Amino acid sequence: MGKPETIIEKVWNKHVVHQEEGKPDLLYIDQHLIHEVTSPQAFEGLRLTNRKVRRPDLTYATMDHNVPTKNRHVVKDEISKKQMETLRQNCEDFGIKLADMFHPDQGIVHVIGPQLGLTQPGKTIVCGDSHTSTHGAFGALAFGIGTSEVEHVLATQTIWQEKPKTLNVKVEGNLGPGVTAKDLILAIIGKFGVRFGTGYVMEYTGEAIRKLSMEGRMTICNMSIEAGARAGLISPDQTTVDYLEGREYVPKGQEFEKAAAEWLNLATDEGATYDQTVIINADEIEPQVTWGTNPGMCVPVGGTTPILAEVDHKEDVKRALEYMGLEENQPITSIEIDHVFIGSCTNSRLSDLQKAASIIQGRKVKDNVKAIVVPGSFSVKLQAEELGLDKVFTEAGFEWRDSGCSMCLGMNDDIVPPGGRCASTSNRNFEGRQGNGARTHLVSPEMAAAAAIEGHFVDVRKMAGVLN
Amino acid sequence: MEAIQKHKGLVFPLDRSNIDTDQIIPKQFLKRIERTGFGQYLFFNWRFDDDGNQREDFALNQPQYKEASILIAGENFGCGSSREHAPWALTDFGFKVIIAPSFADIFYNNALKNGIIPIKMEEERLSKWMEDAQRSSLELSIDLKNQQITDEEGNVISFEIPEYHKEKLLNGWDDIALTLLQEDKILAYENSRI
Repeated sequence: MGKPETIIEKVWNKHVVHQEEGKPDLLYIDQHLIHEVTSPQAFEGLRLTNRKVRRPDLTYATMDHNVPTKNRHVVKDEISKKQMETLRQNCEDFGIKLADMFHPDQGIVHVIGPQLGLTQPGKTIVCGDSHTSTHGAFGALAFGIGTSEVEHVLATQTIWQEKPKTLNVKVEGNLGPGVTAKDLILAIIGKFGVRFGTGYVMEYTGEAIRKLSMEGRMTICNMSIEAGARAGLISPDQTTVDYLEGREYVPKGQEFEKAAAEWLNLATDEGATYDQTVIINADEIEPQVTWGTNPGMCVPVGGTTPILAEVDHKEDVKRALEYMGLEENQPITSIEIDHVFIGSCTNSRLSDLQKAASIIQGRKVKDNVKAIVVPGSFSVKLQAEELGLDKVFTEAGFEWRDSGCSMCLGMNDDIVPPGGRCASTSNRNFEGRQGNGARTHLVSPEMAAAAAIEGHFVDVRKMAGVLN
Repeated sequence: MEAIQKHKGLVFPLDRSNIDTDQIIPKQFLKRIERTGFGQYLFFNWRFDDDGNQREDFALNQPQYKEASILIAGENFGCGSSREHAPWALTDFGFKVIIAPSFADIFYNNALKNGIIPIKMEEERLSKWMEDAQRSSLELSIDLKNQQITDEEGNVISFEIPEYHKEKLLNGWDDIALTLLQEDKILAYENSRI
């Protein structure tokens, strides 16, 4: 036995193509995911230099950021339309498989990768999107890249990367009833801040993490970037293997058995060390709500907005409260909302919709609250419909949409108007993120559903019938 | 990529931390398929009001910063989305150098790919420059080769930047061409895995 290693080191070392003193390593990329927004300039670059895509077979494209969620056949915005047509043309010219907006495999790129089994433990995965960290839930080393790097990966199937420092985010204890993966990751960012992961790859470890479903793990890894870490991952275990078995791009039969054994071997060795460790106790975590303009500005639902006299960075807090139209020391449960968005690469998978539906069942969305559900993929939508979830949502007053990124960033028509206030299951509460002047509060699907019913934030655990 | 060795220019001070790429360039401007023309949308929601008029309370709209080419900002500059449209907007607007106590990882890389010099510098040092630039105007000279910044009073301050990043900026090298020098190794790696 050699020196105990973390999964981060194991995956890294398996992918080094070239190493030179004083330079970053050249890493091989196993899976490149692309979408319409951050790829056109990369293909343009290839054309200008007369280069081709080295491994179209390791590249997979979908349309998600711009797609309409109401009527697929009407893209009102001509520039959006052109961007999607450009992706179609590029995929055709360079021989890349594309799930366009009418394709049954279409969906948010970070939902379909795992769903199709393109995402697998031990793979290096990149995409021109910062939430690529999502795929780390499977024990893949997955991170977001810029468009120049997209072009680089298309041309060379490699990327130059400095070996990252490793950070163990250890979650001890157990999440209580009604407390979700979303609350956990918000609480982690709330406690340690929006830049504690900068320069690191994070590994989430501990009892509470092991007990999460794959979908919960994806929610956690998805928001690693909101803590500053380009990548966050979780060592594979039987939960990982069970999730992947039978998926389209996963090996079958004996090959699967072999792959599964290799995957389990990737898990961090007993006694491996990290450059840094932080510890949080899951038992103490309550449902979270963000009050400000970055994901670290969050408190338990029973709490209040900050008291200015008690905070560091007073100017930042004051600015955020002003933008959000909130007072200092204001109880979270007193904040009234007019929009609810259930969706995004953080929380749009089947279990997210099931949990939200369980709160909604038999209840009605509050008057004057506009609530939408945007499933993460076509496949999620169909599965939800088979379970009758669409009826639960629409009977309560939610709109049931087609899949896409939608109101998480409002590149299509799904935006919150200026001054509007949204309980959102997405990942970013930045100024203007969901629409110019829009105010975003990040919450779990259960908390978003509860806010839709009550018209303001409530502790979902206190709603009748929830904790039975 | 254009090579950059030295740069002398006016400072625009932006005293906010955690400036995310959604602020640098909002999503409604990400639909173009070109790399150019993004400067007009830089800090759009801070520069313009809902009717498209310039906001007077945002300093970049004031005449003394019109020619600014060096941006000084707070911690964690460029956090959030990986959109390279952020450095495209900054360069197109005329910024060549960004100085901040820290940068988000993806933005830092994206800036380097576009010939922007991202300089990390401790907050104490920056706060004086921030104040000077806010009070009247401040001109700084950056010498990338020697990793030095000279201020108007002749003070010379050193900064750190990894050697390989520096080489690329100084020479304006095309990353892909450099990587393709290792093509035999890439091929060997691929063959070893079949």
